[in-house]
Amino acid sequence: MTDTRIDRRMAKLKAEGRPALVTYFMGGDPNYDTSLKVMKALPKAGADIIELGMPFSDPMADGQAIQAAGLRALKGGQTLARTLEMARDFRKEDNETPIVLMGYYNPIYIYGVDRFLTDAKQAGIDGLIVVDLPPEMDNELCVPALNAGINFIRLATPTTDDKRLPKVLENTSGFVYYVSMTGITGSALADTAKVSDAVKRIKAHTDLPVCVGFGVKTAEQARTIGASADGVVVGTAIVNAIANVLGPNGEQTADPAESVATLVNGLAQGVRAARLETA
Amino acid sequence: MNKPIQPNSFRTGPDEQGMFGIFGGRFVAETLMPLILELQRHWEEARNDPQFKAELDALSTFYAGRPSKLYFAEGLTRHLGGAKVYFKREDLNHTGSHKINNCLGQILLAKRMGKKRIIAETGAGQHGVASATVAARFDLPCVVYMGATDVERQKPNVFRMKLLGAEVKPVSAGHGTLKDAMNEALRDWVTNVEDTYYLIGTAAGPHPYPEMVRDFQSVIGTEARAQILEQEGRLPDAIIAAVGGGSNAIGLFHPFLDDKDVRIIGVEAGGRGLEGIEHCASMNAGRPGVLHGNRTYLLQNEDGQILDGHSISAGLDYPGVGPEHSWLRDTGRVEYVPILDDEALDAFKLTTRVEGIIPALESAHAIAQVVKLAPTMDKDQIIVVNLSGRGDKDVHTVAGMMGMEI
Repeated sequence: MTDTRIDRRMAKLKAEGRPALVTYFMGGDPNYDTSLKVMKALPKAGADIIELGMPFSDPMADGQAIQAAGLRALKGGQTLARTLEMARDFRKEDNETPIVLMGYYNPIYIYGVDRFLTDAKQAGIDGLIVVDLPPEMDNELCVPALNAGINFIRLATPTTDDKRLPKVLENTSGFVYYVSMTGITGSALADTAKVSDAVKRIKAHTDLPVCVGFGVKTAEQARTIGASADGVVVGTAIVNAIANVLGPNGEQTADPAESVATLVNGLAQGVRAARLETA
Repeated sequence: MNKPIQPNSFRTGPDEQGMFGIFGGRFVAETLMPLILELQRHWEEARNDPQFKAELDALSTFYAGRPSKLYFAEGLTRHLGGAKVYFKREDLNHTGSHKINNCLGQILLAKRMGKKRIIAETGAGQHGVASATVAARFDLPCVVYMGATDVERQKPNVFRMKLLGAEVKPVSAGHGTLKDAMNEALRDWVTNVEDTYYLIGTAAGPHPYPEMVRDFQSVIGTEARAQILEQEGRLPDAIIAAVGGGSNAIGLFHPFLDDKDVRIIGVEAGGRGLEGIEHCASMNAGRPGVLHGNRTYLLQNEDGQILDGHSISAGLDYPGVGPEHSWLRDTGRVEYVPILDDEALDAFKLTTRVEGIIPALESAHAIAQVVKLAPTMDKDQIIVVNLSGRGDKDVHTVAGMMGMEI
């Protein structure tokens, strides 16, 4: 068992008897300063864990909303170094909220794995989700990250059957991210009963918390999914809350941080209501 | 970059993890991983099944028209005044390029796996046409992802695909070329993983695709090697092929890799020159990175963001290359050289005039290297070049370059 901010936060929420609200946003979307404001607004609005997206030119597992957010960020000058800088800036005010970096492997590979892990640790990063590194490629980053004291959070999916699940869970730490459907981010939510069964199936194999993502957009969905899961991940809806206040030329028609905070407030109420009925 | 240790044989890769040295691998989302393992299992079974081989051989012979001829290009040889030039006539295959070799193999595998739907990506449209063709032949619905730019510059092939019953989905992300089409095909696959077979057109992507596509395309080199031995009584001095993703090239090269005296040259798209980013010469001007399921040489910036390249040839317009080529580059077994748009266009026109053969712009890149090399060689020396496809699809592009309207 590792001991990171993620582990401590998950233990605390378990004691409180409610699921975690895990919020994804794209680092640098639409520019560094706005994005840092969004990041700072997340825990204040009720987010428990922050997933900080690392933009990549070719996000193969993402739908149009996150693709577009990544392109906006890159156009705004975001790089992996700047994303780490954003985490460092955030940590000046908040040393409690766990930060998970999420993205694709190539920018990390080009940055250099050892240098990346050193800089990420120093920036206050607690975990990594790297979409295109399955367990078969664990020696690339997963094992070095664990050695550096950073959680490597694996995605389990509907295609991960019982035979394969132990392999997926083997080097996973922090939490398990269950992808609710076979598909890309931003798709419609899968059948919640099926999701609930899948969470039970995974929990039979591990003591780690299981968070569910892909397709969760509303407070009501967060409440439903949160009834069985240890955490609910919301990404595309947050990215859209930023995109919705950007004009055709990128001008801000309202405050993106406020737009995100309003959404996250509602989602936070959703996860806090999740266990009331079932208790 | 350190040179890897020279192996005893260049023909044993990849290893069990799908690696050619540091290249290759399986860099995919977990959703796809179980399917890729299943594909590998079925492929292992199929390749050892005499019935699978017999079925593929029969289709190759009677449907695709194999073996393709090895043709002594007398006109070009005389014009260049050096080495004897032979064309491996993949342009004479059904659908007009080497792509059918791979598509026949993979469609049989898809049927064997009980898949109900075919998806494919395409650049020039040659692979899209070949995929649509085999899907029609085996009565499976087929969706082809194609960059919007390529849809525009390869109209004849778009129409052919539609006639064959395929749905062509234009992809407008990025520059709207092959890279973007491949991203979108992967998104479709991850969404429809249960019933869909992804028919990758080049020797790239996650393991086992690079190995599998190479094996289906190696019929080119296996035939060429036997044919040149029969027609000339010896092996060639050099073999040359164009490299985009690199399937026609690896198909020609692989059976020759352990023939030490055969010089092997892969030709990358030099576009408008290697100084800027208007080219697709990933092995001459890129560096190793991870994209589309494998580690390989890629055009990318210092932050690891993939760059859109440029080539006059849609089939070469890809910022990466198959992983086995990356390994062959680093081991030094194969030389990779760039050819500019203009040089390819000159070779296109030359071949048309002196041979009465209109080559695909992809193949014209390989011929352009022959134009450089042959005159420096003796008249009793031999070059085999892969004429990977016919150029009918490119006449609009060429007319545009020549300032003509048709």
